[in-house]
Amino acid sequence: MGRYILRRLIFAVPTLLGISLVIFAILALAPGDPLAQFAADPSVPPEAREQIRESLGLNDPWYIRYFKWLTALFRGDWGYSFASRVPVLDLIAQRLPQTLQVVGVAYLVSILIAIPIGIISAVRPYSLFDNLATTFAFIGFSVPTFFTGLVLILIFSVRLNALPFIYDSTLRVTDWETFVRQVRQMIMPVTVLALFQTGSLTRFVRAAMMENLPADYARTARAKGLSEQVVVLRHVFRNSMIPVVTLLALGVPTIFTGAIVTEQIFRINGIGELLIKSIQNSDTPVVMAITFIFAVLVVFFNLIADVLYGVLDPRIRYD
Amino acid sequence: MSEANPSVGNTSAAPTTLGGATLAEVARPRRSLWSDAWRRFRRHRMAVAGAVVFLLLAIGVIAGPVVWHGDPRKIDFARSLQPPSRVHPMGTDDLGRDVLARVMLGGRVSLSVGMAAMLIATTLGTLIGAVAGFLGGSVDSILMRITDLFLALPVVPLLLLLIFLFRDSLRRTFGAETGIFILIVTVIGALNWMTVARLVRSSFLSLKQKEFVEAAHALGVGELTIMFRHILPNTLGPIIVAATLGVGAAIITESVLSFLGLGFPPDTPTWGRLLYEGQNFLDFAPWMVLWPGFLIFLTVLSINYIGDGLRDALDPRSRL
Repeated sequence: MGRYILRRLIFAVPTLLGISLVIFAILALAPGDPLAQFAADPSVPPEAREQIRESLGLNDPWYIRYFKWLTALFRGDWGYSFASRVPVLDLIAQRLPQTLQVVGVAYLVSILIAIPIGIISAVRPYSLFDNLATTFAFIGFSVPTFFTGLVLILIFSVRLNALPFIYDSTLRVTDWETFVRQVRQMIMPVTVLALFQTGSLTRFVRAAMMENLPADYARTARAKGLSEQVVVLRHVFRNSMIPVVTLLALGVPTIFTGAIVTEQIFRINGIGELLIKSIQNSDTPVVMAITFIFAVLVVFFNLIADVLYGVLDPRIRYD
Repeated sequence: MSEANPSVGNTSAAPTTLGGATLAEVARPRRSLWSDAWRRFRRHRMAVAGAVVFLLLAIGVIAGPVVWHGDPRKIDFARSLQPPSRVHPMGTDDLGRDVLARVMLGGRVSLSVGMAAMLIATTLGTLIGAVAGFLGGSVDSILMRITDLFLALPVVPLLLLLIFLFRDSLRRTFGAETGIFILIVTVIGALNWMTVARLVRSSFLSLKQKEFVEAAHALGVGELTIMFRHILPNTLGPIIVAATLGVGAAIITESVLSFLGLGFPPDTPTWGRLLYEGQNFLDFAPWMVLWPGFLIFLTVLSINYIGDGLRDALDPRSRL
């Protein structure tokens, strides 16, 4: 087991290096001068500008700049935000908790909804319930998150005036009253993200269950005289969860991407909102850092999916 | 795909056993692969409904302006933020422009982005997958490493980054609208070819061992002809399914970019851009958001149903 995880870990390193190279190449190839703001400033003479270029290492060949950038990245030196003069990592650390909170709750909600629906759908395929669930799933992954968000705001904030449409991230949960306010402001963003995720998850649980229901071991369990409930929930369900759990791990980066839109709609000050704002402000260090974090998330959760697959299914552990 | 049609063999065996049914069986027209697929597709009711809705939408946005003479760009402050009426069936926006006309114009852009991005992704994916699967060996492993790398790239943040960096220079070279169109379509296409590449590769790997390829080799057919004339047509089923679903995904991606204000320029009202502009008027002019949003939803939903039906029809072995 240890060797398996180690091998997976080693495989992840070239991928991360590759991604960092891609991001670096995009930035290096991009038109535009990082010192453009000085160029317009008449108080900075050309010689001084050239000195700044030299001191920043902008005249070095690309591979040296890449190497420097990479080593700095490893040391945890991610540079300063152009816009707020704060270290990029501090800025991200401030924003991450809000994103994690919304994304985490949304993911939990969609898992809790999708698994029972998927099981019932698989046990009674093509029944009224299954058809409804299928329709719901298709709607879920066809409707863009920004549209659901705006429709929810329209219904619950504008028409019914029941929920706040701007997320107050300064709110600290200290007592029951603030807790209720926190829950109320999280309902809509969580619903938007969960709806999007639940659709495909339901289909996947259903497919995995359908594959296992007619399996030989399920027939054996029934022949032994076990009740259908025990067969489905103890035997079939556990085996069906193997691909589902890996899909859950692989889906985490997607839900973070979904959070970019959701945070924009509900004005949650998470990293997604920071990314958009930094793009609008041409705040390159922050944009790069967040893109890289998203890439690391993808690789990390791919790794987790691989490891989980190995842990849950001993048949595919070694090669 | 070649063995996906066993029913032809069955019908020829039928006459000897079923005396009464012989005439009907013989009179039945020969089935081809495509008519078989069409028959299976028609049985999927939601897919047919999806195809009809999608066709209507496409005709609506393409031919709509012939029937509806609203001007999507005419600003008229006296008529701003009017609710849907007979003069403006979908209302007007904050500058008094006709929402219906803007939705039609935007739909043309959104649909063409979806189609063009899908074409790029499918072509790229097919080429890479075909080369990797056909040549095998070190070429295959290098190409698959690259595919894995691309699968690990975070698509939306990277799209945002690319558009943020390259927007201005492309705008200068090709003009505001064409430049952004080329950029968005290329980038969406370049970040979404991986699924197709994997599908094509795995089909190629199994097909190149088949007898008909061996026969072609023995007849002295060139490698390229074998790849594209003999093997490729047999992989079309999964490619078509993936391409169909790709159109929907590309439409969503474009609208996300436009919604975040990083897509097309303001004078190009794609559906996502219309939502971006409309969101600030949500409380007193909801029609500005509801129509374009509903149309994106309807388009993508119908495409997803078509894709589901096509999967049943063309690729019966891989059902979700």
